[in-house]
Amino acid sequence: MAFVDRTVRSLFLTELLSGMWLTLRYFFRPKVTLNYPHEKGALSPRFRGEHVLRRYPSGEERCIACKLCEAICPAQAITIEAEPRADGSRRTTRYDIDMTKCIYCGYCQESCPVDAIVQGPNFEFAAETRAELFYNKEKLLDNGDRWEYEIALNIAKDAPYR
Amino acid sequence: MTDFWSGYAWPFAIIVAQIMAIVVPLLVAVAYLTYAERKVIAAIQLRKGPNVVGPFGLLQPFADGLKLLFKETILPAGANRIVFLAAPILTFALAMVAWAVIPVAEGWVIADINVGILFLFAISSLGVYGVIMAGWASNSKYPFLGALRSAAQMVSYEVSMGFVIITVLLCVGSLRLTDIVLAQQTVWFAIPLLPMFVIFFVSVLAETNRAPFDLPEGESELVAGYFVEYSAMSFALFFLGEYANMILMSAITTILFLGGWLPPLDIVPFNWLPGIVWFALKVALVLFCFLWVRATFPRYRYDQLMRLGWKVFLPFTLVWVVLTAGVLVTFDWLPQ
Repeated sequence: MAFVDRTVRSLFLTELLSGMWLTLRYFFRPKVTLNYPHEKGALSPRFRGEHVLRRYPSGEERCIACKLCEAICPAQAITIEAEPRADGSRRTTRYDIDMTKCIYCGYCQESCPVDAIVQGPNFEFAAETRAELFYNKEKLLDNGDRWEYEIALNIAKDAPYR
Repeated sequence: MTDFWSGYAWPFAIIVAQIMAIVVPLLVAVAYLTYAERKVIAAIQLRKGPNVVGPFGLLQPFADGLKLLFKETILPAGANRIVFLAAPILTFALAMVAWAVIPVAEGWVIADINVGILFLFAISSLGVYGVIMAGWASNSKYPFLGALRSAAQMVSYEVSMGFVIITVLLCVGSLRLTDIVLAQQTVWFAIPLLPMFVIFFVSVLAETNRAPFDLPEGESELVAGYFVEYSAMSFALFFLGEYANMILMSAITTILFLGGWLPPLDIVPFNWLPGIVWFALKVALVLFCFLWVRATFPRYRYDQLMRLGWKVFLPFTLVWVVLTAGVLVTFDWLPQ
């Protein structure tokens, strides 16, 4: 009986036809493509994109030069130099991230006690030269000013799970 | 002087015009077949396919063509130059030449020769030479293996295709393509000869080296098969030839089994459309099946391919030829 069953199935191509029926149904399904530069996918609040250095609402920079991020960075992409400022507070004089070394693991933002270094939602920072990807303190603070609204929102959204 | 004009120049101009009338729409069709292929496969894989160049990506084939046109034609150092360059030309020319005998509508044919189907069969068999020449002249491993595979495959499937054509010819009693179409006025041969239609379609897939029989190209093992070493326009000619062959084979399938330019039923809403539209629609349907099959099935293994050709199709078609002949004689349905 199994022989007859198998023969009939191969003779009438039932398996091939059911496969083609399946692909035909897929042909008419709605498409999942995003027209990337024009349409973008949703990002999680935990998305780890380009780094920023944040400021307090007063305009004072958050970073206290504790160097925890520099210490934890597995790719050793962060370089920090620090000395006391005129008012006696401890601040960085140099805060560099080599974005070509960075592996976007998020340890720096996890380690930061004051939420100063954060990986924001921006992932479209491709550059034409290597040099453009060696971020310094100025660039990072500038990013912070630009993305502060989104980052604050993301941190607030993620707060209940921390 | 009048003799020159009426005797030579004018007929020559007419021939050139006829060739243009076939070749230009054919090349446009080939261009849009590549576009349709990408769109259909994309749709089946839930993607959108090309949609950036021009509205709905409709200019994509021309962008691709221009890209190939401006690239450098590379001649490999060890290649046999003449054969290397002749191969794509041959492939392309053969794919075009066959269209001379294809009736696209009642009387719309350049050469209505009375052995049209034999001519087509001969031309499509010659196609294998382009492939072998390319594979051999490239003087490289992968093209050579691809060409060997392709040659064996095309030869194997031509045998069963021949028998399928014979069953159709038994029912028609003529080798003229126009007669074959007109013989289907009562019923398309796809219905009484359904098994033959299926076998013919599968053989055509193998004959044009399309998935699931695309071993000669076998991206995963042979890089691209017999045209690995080709670039720019010589590659484009192969590509055009391959797709023109697909359209040609679809046209042959249409003529043999789907009633050529005849409407499905000879009643009012159907016979408003001119024959050429019906012909084009049917060819497009068959081509859609080509793409649909490609998006559905994985590639055959080589021994499976040969088994299917020689151990399944050949005996099956052979039996069916005898059966058809027997039925025709028994019921006295032989065409007069």
